Amino acid sequence: MAEIKYTEDHEWVSVDGDVVSIGITGYAQEALGDLVFVELPEVGKKVGKGDDFAVVESVKTAAEVYSPVAGEVVEVNSAMADDLELIKKPANENGWIARIKINDPSELEGLMDESKYKEFTESLD
Amino acid sequence: MLKTTPLYESHQALSAKMGAFAGYDMPLYYDEGVLKEHEWVRSHTGLFDVSHMGQVTIEGLGAAEFLERLTPSSFQKKKHGRAQYTVLTNEGGGIIDDLIIARLSDGKFFAVINAGCKEKDIKWIQKNLPDDLKFTHLEDHALLALQGAQAEIALRECFGIDASDLPYMWIMDTQIEGVGDVFISRLGYTGEDGFELSVPNDSAAMVWKKLLDHNSVKPIGLAARDSLRLEMGYPLYGHDIDSETSPVEADLSWVIGKSNTGFIGAERVLKEKEQGTARRRAGIRLLDKGIAREGAEIRDSKDQKIGGLTSGGFSPVLKESIGQGYIESSLANMGEKIFVNVRGRNIPAEVAAMPFVPAKTKSMKKRAA
Repeated sequence: MAEIKYTEDHEWVSVDGDVVSIGITGYAQEALGDLVFVELPEVGKKVGKGDDFAVVESVKTAAEVYSPVAGEVVEVNSAMADDLELIKKPANENGWIARIKINDPSELEGLMDESKYKEFTESLD
Repeated sequence: MLKTTPLYESHQALSAKMGAFAGYDMPLYYDEGVLKEHEWVRSHTGLFDVSHMGQVTIEGLGAAEFLERLTPSSFQKKKHGRAQYTVLTNEGGGIIDDLIIARLSDGKFFAVINAGCKEKDIKWIQKNLPDDLKFTHLEDHALLALQGAQAEIALRECFGIDASDLPYMWIMDTQIEGVGDVFISRLGYTGEDGFELSVPNDSAAMVWKKLLDHNSVKPIGLAARDSLRLEMGYPLYGHDIDSETSPVEADLSWVIGKSNTGFIGAERVLKEKEQGTARRRAGIRLLDKGIAREGAEIRDSKDQKIGGLTSGGFSPVLKESIGQGYIESSLANMGEKIFVNVRGRNIPAEVAAMPFVPAKTKSMKKRAA
């Protein structure tokens, strides 16, 4: 199974070689409330480390989704545009928003693993 | 330090998600979330704490004349028990606040003003108040809004109150056992049939609890209150109307009474009513996917800015993005094709009639006795 890492902005990053799938965590979904729309990037979009590449809209607000790594969008989950429920699924079940081919795998090193992320979210509540 | 309403503990007991609104710590939503709460009000009945709003009375022989100075509406011939939506205007014809004013008797009027405008409104009213009139801020009263198709039944089953003869936009005084006198007005901010109940602070929690015990009634937070009013195209003060916008620009000319020409700000307002305005508040509906919110630019097909959104969001009933904003009057025609710019992207949209969802409020006519 692919390795999953987490960001402080509540994205999860599923690493598969030099391609990462990025989605948003349950914590982020809970904080946003009812989701109503996702704005997907275009394939081929270049993103820098820390850049936003998608926007998730809830009833109350719009939230950017950030990429913790620099690279290029190689695939978007277009099914999600019609079925937002997908965003609640885990990485291996189509919960990803976009896949990014990364330039420098070392950028993944600063990310949290599951237990660190759990501690991190608990420290926020 | 945020202020709280007399129902603060009731909200906490329901594990409401609280948030700051107009200086108050208010429930934004309860455990089911905004969408479900919105749908519940449209299909059943919701209970809102709106005690953060200001309740005031103006008393005295010349009260009706005074209100015709403060607002463009007519009050001298208003029947006892009749309520009117109107605006307080400043000298420049801009809107100080929008409010509901109800006539309780010949010389007594009751008004509900916005929470965020309370201080400013009270100063303004007192500054203009003739010596022989009495102004009272009813700080000892809470306000509950019961909105939805079963509101009338819930009032009867919970308190034995028969409001079946009370038309839309009328107010009555009645009693609740163990509470005393309450004012019940048949109006609200959701487009549903429903009531607002003005009750003493120390009875608020009891009335709240009793209504929530009814199986048709659930607590609803301010977030759904906003999406419900948005579907109705009702303006929200500080967003869709402010001290610069006139009632004519705001498409609220209907509040101007035929015989009232002496209100504060009449010069601009009556001239605009006659000659029109350069821009006008209009409903906007997105024709493509996306959500457009307050601040988004409205553009024409040549990508020229023609206005801006003053509120906007997702309509849970229509499942699309709706909003309102000001656009050049020549383009404020129903069906006019426009664009709303969201994060650099022009989303096709059109000028739409408001309300976006049909209102289910009752007739305003009194049934013949």
